[in-house]
Formats: sequence, C-alpha cells, structure tokens
Amino acid sequence: MALITPADQERLREAFAEMERPVRLLFFTQTLDCETCPQTRQILDELPPLSDRVTIEEVNFVLDADRTKEYGIDRVPAVAIAYEDAGSLKDSRIRFLGTPAGYEFISLVQAILLVGGGESVLSPDNRARVAAVAQPVRIQVFTTPS
Amino acid sequence: MSLAHEMAFANPNITAYAVEATEFPDLARRYRVNGVPKTVVDGGKAEVEILGAIPQDDYIEQALQLPSKTS
Repeated sequence: MALITPADQERLREAFAEMERPVRLLFFTQTLDCETCPQTRQILDELPPLSDRVTIEEVNFVLDADRTKEYGIDRVPAVAIAYEDAGSLKDSRIRFLGTPAGYEFISLVQAILLVGGGESVLSPDNRARVAAVAQPVRIQVFTTPS
Repeated sequence: MSLAHEMAFANPNITAYAVEATEFPDLARRYRVNGVPKTVVDGGKAEVEILGAIPQDDYIEQALQLPSKTS
C-alpha cells in the first residue's frame, strides 16, 4: 500500500522532475536488532517510482564496515544522501538517523531536491560565513515525527 | 532541519545529522533533549545548543559562534 497520497505523489513527481542530477540514498541497515529498519526501507521505496533520478542503495551496517565508517554512520536505520557528479559519487554530508516519517519525510524530500541541484535558502552573506568554516563541525538536529 | 543540511551541503567540513529523538533515547539523554527541534553543534570552540526554530542569521551565528551582524 502506498504511504503517500496520489496527490502528494504527483507533487513530488513534478518537484523531482526539476532535478539537475541523480541523487542516491545510501540506506544503512542491518537484518537483526533493528526494529525500524524495515519501516524506513518501506518509506524510502516510495521515492524511486516517482523519479528515475532518485535511487536507493542498501548498505549493510554490519558487513560493510568500510562504507559505514566512510559516511560516519554509527547506528541504524540511517540514510546518507549522495549525488552523481561528473561520473563519480559525491557525499552531500547530509544524514538522517532513524525513520524519516512525518516532518522528517518532508525534510528528506527537501534535502533530495537541494542535492539534486535545487535552490539554496542560504542568503549570500550566510553562504560566505558557512564557507569560511575550516575545521570539521558536526551538527545534530533532534526532532520527533510529529 | 533544512538549515543544518544546507550548511553541510555548502561546506565539506560540515556534516549534518537529523536525529529522530524517540528512536535513539540514548542520544536524546546524552544531549539533554527535552524539546524539539534541538540543535547540538560540536567541533567548534565549544559545544553549542540551539533550541527551537530561529531566524537564519541567528541560527548561523549561534551554530558557528560568530559575532552578531546586528549588534
């Protein structure tokens, strides 16, 4: 059963059609001891049918330790957003930990559109301030589904 | 959330995580999450906490510990 209403599917299809480059959702998961992994997969699976520019790649959190480390993932379910640029896969450094349901689903769609080449909401001033950061910084934003 | 994600996408030194707090109570406890959205920034001079959704200029200033543009 579809989790997104037909009207919302249509809206997403139109938004994704504007994307300039393919976006890949790296879905970090494990078979055992992850209650919300199947639910997350189910939500992510709603997206590729709406656009050939959105794909999902499943990464096994336990077996693929190299990629898990490369993307800085320490728990599952997790989604890292990557994009194809000049034939190679680049990391957007945008992550989702936990099920992207409710408000987080909207946030996920916004992130896909941004990485796909959409317009940034950052003002030119703030863009310059962000660009000046020279040391590694981690930002965690805690949310709840509703 | 989108502001933190925008920051990450704009600078390779920044990584942004949207964390579903109810699914990871250990993280919610560790970062004393009593309300959402709550932003925790580490890697800068000191750990920074931002509560709620605030205007873009203020968010960037607080997250990156920059002097205020308006003061």
